[in-house]
Amino acid sequence: MKLSLRIWRQSDAQAEGKMVSYEIDEVSEDASFLEMLDVLNERLIGEGEDPVAFDHDCREGICGACSLVIDGQPHGPQAATTTCQLHMRKFKDGDSIDIEPWRAGAFPVIKDLVVDRSAFDRIIQAGGYISAPTGTAPDAHAVPIPKQDADAAFSAAACIGCGACVAACPNGSGMLFMGAKVTHLSLMPQGQPERATRVLGMVAAHDEAGFGGCTNTGECAAACPKEIGLDVIGKLNRDFRKAAIRAA
Amino acid sequence: MSTDFYREGEPVADAKAPAGPISERWEKRRFSGRLVNPANRRKLRVIVVGTGLAGASAAATLGELGYRVANYCFQDSSRRAHSIAAQGGINAAKNYRNDGDSVHRLFYDTVKGGDFRSRESNVHRLAEVSTEIIDQCVAQGVPFAREYGGLLDNRSFGGAQVSRTFYARGQTGQQLLLGAYQALQRQVAAGTVDLHTRHEMLELVIVEGKARGIVVRDLVTGEISTELADAVVLATGGYGNVYFLSTNAMGCNVTAGWRAHRKGAYFANPCYTQIHPTCIPQSGEHQSKLTLMSESLRNDGRVWVPKQKGDDRHPADIPEDERDYYLERRYPAFGNLVPRDIASRAAKVVCDEGHGVGPGGLGVYLDFAAAIERLGKKAVEAKYGNLFDMYERITGENPYERPMRIYPAVHYTMGGLWVDYDLSSNIPGLFVAGEANFSDHGANRLGASALMQGLSDGYFVLPNTISDYLADGPFDALDETHEDVVAARKAVDDRIGFFLNNDGDRTVDSFHRELGKIMWEYCGMERTDEGLRKAIGLIRGLKDEFYRRVKVTGKNEQLNQELEKAGRVADFLELGELMCIDALHRTESCGGHFRAESQTEDGEAKRDDEHFSYVAAWEFGEDAPVLHKEALEFEYVKPTQRSYK
Amino acid sequence: MSTDLQHRPAARPDKRPRAPQAPWRSNIGLKIAMAVSGILLVLFLIVHMAGNLHVFEGRESMNDYAHGLRTLGEPLLPHESILWVLRIGLIAAAAVHIWSAVVLTRRALAARPVRYASKKPAKGESRHAVATMRWGAVVVFFFVIWHLLDLTWRTVNPVKDVPDAYGAVVATFSPERWPVTVFYLLALAALYFHLRHGIWSAVQTIAGPNTKWRKRTQATGLAVALIVVLGFAIVPLSVTFGLVN
Repeated sequence: MKLSLRIWRQSDAQAEGKMVSYEIDEVSEDASFLEMLDVLNERLIGEGEDPVAFDHDCREGICGACSLVIDGQPHGPQAATTTCQLHMRKFKDGDSIDIEPWRAGAFPVIKDLVVDRSAFDRIIQAGGYISAPTGTAPDAHAVPIPKQDADAAFSAAACIGCGACVAACPNGSGMLFMGAKVTHLSLMPQGQPERATRVLGMVAAHDEAGFGGCTNTGECAAACPKEIGLDVIGKLNRDFRKAAIRAA
Repeated sequence: MSTDFYREGEPVADAKAPAGPISERWEKRRFSGRLVNPANRRKLRVIVVGTGLAGASAAATLGELGYRVANYCFQDSSRRAHSIAAQGGINAAKNYRNDGDSVHRLFYDTVKGGDFRSRESNVHRLAEVSTEIIDQCVAQGVPFAREYGGLLDNRSFGGAQVSRTFYARGQTGQQLLLGAYQALQRQVAAGTVDLHTRHEMLELVIVEGKARGIVVRDLVTGEISTELADAVVLATGGYGNVYFLSTNAMGCNVTAGWRAHRKGAYFANPCYTQIHPTCIPQSGEHQSKLTLMSESLRNDGRVWVPKQKGDDRHPADIPEDERDYYLERRYPAFGNLVPRDIASRAAKVVCDEGHGVGPGGLGVYLDFAAAIERLGKKAVEAKYGNLFDMYERITGENPYERPMRIYPAVHYTMGGLWVDYDLSSNIPGLFVAGEANFSDHGANRLGASALMQGLSDGYFVLPNTISDYLADGPFDALDETHEDVVAARKAVDDRIGFFLNNDGDRTVDSFHRELGKIMWEYCGMERTDEGLRKAIGLIRGLKDEFYRRVKVTGKNEQLNQELEKAGRVADFLELGELMCIDALHRTESCGGHFRAESQTEDGEAKRDDEHFSYVAAWEFGEDAPVLHKEALEFEYVKPTQRSYK
Repeated sequence: MSTDLQHRPAARPDKRPRAPQAPWRSNIGLKIAMAVSGILLVLFLIVHMAGNLHVFEGRESMNDYAHGLRTLGEPLLPHESILWVLRIGLIAAAAVHIWSAVVLTRRALAARPVRYASKKPAKGESRHAVATMRWGAVVVFFFVIWHLLDLTWRTVNPVKDVPDAYGAVVATFSPERWPVTVFYLLALAALYFHLRHGIWSAVQTIAGPNTKWRKRTQATGLAVALIVVLGFAIVPLSVTFGLVN
């Protein structure tokens, strides 16, 4: 297939960026989206140009590194699919495709399509864990956990930390990411002792990192490649309200 | 023999494992190893490279103990290390099923599964520690699968006769890694761990014979800096990407380990590679990586190829009597459930004979028609629905209507830097954990054991054993002006300068692809004397060409992904040669290493315990590598030949 | 970056995550303020809408109702005292609602400083809210000012006689003043979208329902929005089309 691409090019964090057009020919429809960019980059290097920088690693939809906004949609048009799992057969010969980086104040662009998502790590540092120093654990069967709680916790914990929720949110909010972690940990009995400090700390770190507030539009959940739902934001709100009242 | 490619040096031995009954050795070692008093720990600095299961768990635990830890990863977040992609599960000898499992049975299975090429002491310790890992992960809030009673669920995995595998749907690696990641981030917040993401280790600093630091490049700014410490831990994963196409993440590389190897660390058993039989085949030249499909598919799928060579009819149009269910034919007892290495090799054989299907004839059918007929589409969907969806997403074919195409792919590397019982390499102060070391899996790794080993090393083994070394510290103060530090840094600058100034015309990836093809062809599922010799020649030629023609765009002082890849591929080229030499010298077949010359009359792998019951630890040599043999002794599990007929 | 290990600061002892300064100033805290004030405003709207329906019972009933509001609590309490308590509560709720909206909107704009070059229609559960919530609020705000000038203070209303609420309503929505009715309906359209999203959004913020209850909340929000808006719309339409005169 033949495609017209418009790709955001920005040489570094300080530079002005712009959309640059590229024509690309003989793209196999069996190629993944990132493999299509690999082919483009091979050509650019051959022409002595700087290849397009983008984050990627596992290319099987689990590491959360890939982060392209394709035609205005984080991870592109296919639901529940990361960019690396999106294949070119989802596009038509002659299509023009826009490729942009995640856009959010908390995710500054480093180069081209690569952004800095370290704000997510800072949210986790502010409480997104259970304090269980190595060696202190009781037997794994000491505390039974109802299956439905364990399953719900897993569904929330399936978050890959890619940041598509932030990229999709009109307010650049990280509430879905944060809600997923709060939900996971607050469903586990082991997570109860730190439940209040966790949510207060994480919310403070989230705001400090420059993420916006939630307006419940649901764009985040629609973009989430792991189909994490708005219920995690509800749970986050509820936990926060209880913790804030108790802290007051 | 092939001594024109290497020299043989003095034997090497593990001096740290205590003698005595195997079940007491770990306890003995913990007692005999010296401790560091808590007040002194904060005077000791430890570098941990890598944030996968082994690296993150080691860094977090060392931080909790009070050491000052510097932790590095090349990814943008420590949560993205490739441990995250592990699907199946993690073994532990909990015997929660009361089905006869025990530490000794897990030990026995692992030694046997490793085809008697691993150390008994190490494997026994791994089996002992396995139970603590599950406790630790549950305490961290890892959402393992549970039964309705609220207790942990287990499944049997990889042909084991007991159910000892703990899992979290098909994302066990992700959940375990996130547990370790959260423990690590907690220590970052506590100030005990300095975490540096988007930094790549490019050189090891050795001063007066001890590992004292690393040289790193900030992948965003290009700044080269040195980090100095009292000990260095490498937890940098496997080197499967030497094959270019593998199930590894794109960034997985051998550079940290190889740099250490070039500075004197032995590289053990590099040729032991695990090739997984059920991966989605390559679809064309654009292919950048291969995706694993869970092994569980072979429980209900039937593997076949057309009897007629080059038959390109739709599989549904090929009548039963024109299909060759070659696994069922060759291994009537185990059929489609033969172990990974055997299933992989059998697929290669039929494809080499011209029966393969799909692009390039590199694929065999995994057919669910019989299962759908027997169980109904609904039942098949309930069991494998998510895998079928993934297959369809990648290939565009509906596996309910058309058999899946599968082909083997490189998955895991059992070899790695040589370590003793304490996980110390032969360079004092350099420790190696997880897939990066060679220690526990012998010539073949059992399913659900990789996660176990990574966490065992990181949470429980290394933090205990490293104190025996650190008890001698803090070592002499060092600064960046020390001549050895300056030299290490200069080596990095020179290498980067070379790549950026080379007037080449070929991309890094084109070399990597070519290397991968050589490795796959001659050092893949089946190896021969002739092929390996040819491969060594080809790799040497390719290496020459690489340094003449490689083209790297851009500059150092920026995010430069081509520059990152160039250094990694340069190291893969050298590793590839060593892998071929190792494979060439080991004329027996064992585990993931199959030498066509060493097979039984039925075409099965034939071990040669008389000549090869040793670990091949290779020392770097400018002209030729030096082989140090570590003899393996089996006191508890007597070597036998595997049979799956 | 790092150099000499002897010059590095000693590790800090393990410490708890720092407690946030004031939870109510966080995004969620402000959202809760917005949600609580919003619910109060919705309750007011429901009562207001129901009161308006007195117009169909004729001039006397409507004016009695208006009079009753002013004399609520008399003679125990002074004239209009209860009304003023309600009014102050209403003003406070509106102020909190607007203030939190302004702060959150400013933060949201700062959190998303660059737009995408390629725009795709929203596809979230409350996709209509993306384009309507903030602009709709501005429309409603200006409408409320007009509405006060028109029917409370009568500045722009032909009927200056305050006790004659009925007359004022009939006068303002008379057929020849059709643009007033159009503006009113436009504001109601904005209010519809605002309520449709705002009601469930407030519940999501305060109570955080699970998926099943969230769907129910969304349905309830839609129903309330429809009832309120239709209840309001029926009065001016009836006047403009001569059903009430």
